[in-house]
Amino acid sequence: MLDRVQRLGRVGIAMLERVGRGHVFLGNTLLGTVSVMARLRLLLQQIYAVGVLSLLIIVVSGLFVGMVLGLQGYNTLVDFGAEESLGVMVALSLVRELGPVVTALLFAGRAGSALTAEIGLMKATEQLSGMEMMAVDPIRRIIAPRFWAGVISMPVLAAIFSAVGVLGGFFVGVGLLGVDDGAFWSQMQARVDLTDDILNGVIKSLVFGVVVTWIAVFEGYDAVPTSEGVSRATTRTVVHSALAVLGLDFILTALMFGDE
Amino acid sequence: MQSRVVEIWVGIFMVAGIAALFFLSMKVSNLNKFAVDEGYRVTATFENVGGLKVRAPVSVAGVRVGRVEAIDYDMTSYHAVVTLNIDRKYDKFPDDTSASIFTSGLLGEQYVSLEPGGSDQVLKEGSRITIVQDAVIMEQVIGQFLFNKAAE
Repeated sequence: MLDRVQRLGRVGIAMLERVGRGHVFLGNTLLGTVSVMARLRLLLQQIYAVGVLSLLIIVVSGLFVGMVLGLQGYNTLVDFGAEESLGVMVALSLVRELGPVVTALLFAGRAGSALTAEIGLMKATEQLSGMEMMAVDPIRRIIAPRFWAGVISMPVLAAIFSAVGVLGGFFVGVGLLGVDDGAFWSQMQARVDLTDDILNGVIKSLVFGVVVTWIAVFEGYDAVPTSEGVSRATTRTVVHSALAVLGLDFILTALMFGDE
Repeated sequence: MQSRVVEIWVGIFMVAGIAALFFLSMKVSNLNKFAVDEGYRVTATFENVGGLKVRAPVSVAGVRVGRVEAIDYDMTSYHAVVTLNIDRKYDKFPDDTSASIFTSGLLGEQYVSLEPGGSDQVLKEGSRITIVQDAVIMEQVIGQFLFNKAAE
């Protein structure tokens, strides 16, 4: 009986330790920001790896999500003779929710897992220790540029996702289903607010960017340095990022849109 | 050469992101209607505002001239006080202009409609609209209808 309690306690302490390590790690990464500013080339390279290479999946998914929204929204709205509101529905669901959330999930799968695997393998092959031997701080040289690349790329990707999604909804709604062109845009402009909707969407994507990238680089840095450990860390990155994004999304939505 | 390609791609990436944000704010949201905030404020007191909401449109002859800025309740007169923000472009409304709360369509949102009067004085910042027509409450209308039917 007492053994079980002890085991539970050990798991709890290990979890708490990990959370603490994660926060110390985040603090160190933020302290390393100065050296990122000094070497922008490293940051650019990481933005390329994290952001530009994710562009294709984001654009294609955004287009199809927008088209599906247009199709499904039309089927429901046409019953009420309100198909002109299709633009509002597509734009609001994309800008407020789907843009930031789906982008963050895709980002965790496409870029987060790659970051974890890369850093985890560097640790497993003792490149990180090697750097430390040469008095190069791996957090400044490896982690900080990757972290900032993720934080910068995520809002950009989410904005592209939303914009492409609105266009997808436009093609299906106006192009295929015959919703009035002017009503589609004018109703959208009347109901979508710059600060309430678009700015809040950007804030959401920024928060998701910080969280997903933080989880990804920390899991890589904290991975057990074996091939199994790296594989587990990569899985954890995707699972934990997805859970964190969905949970945070609820909290952020309640804070931003809850009092309407 | 390699890093040049990378930098060009990052440049394109950034431009695409800014273009997407620009598209969202100009084409999707109401940024181009922000100028209306630079208008003047007039108040109108109603006995009942129904489902009128802040930011609802204010229109004259179907043309949008401003928006509802605030809805308060006055504890001394027991009336609802609605503050209207009207675009400075439209500054020649007579001070006996009347305000009514209408509904756009059967299920649409409620808006304030102004009907210009014939006075020589014009509405200014802080003026009060005295001739008002309350929102129609469906339950009251149906209740009255049934009551009249029963009386027949």
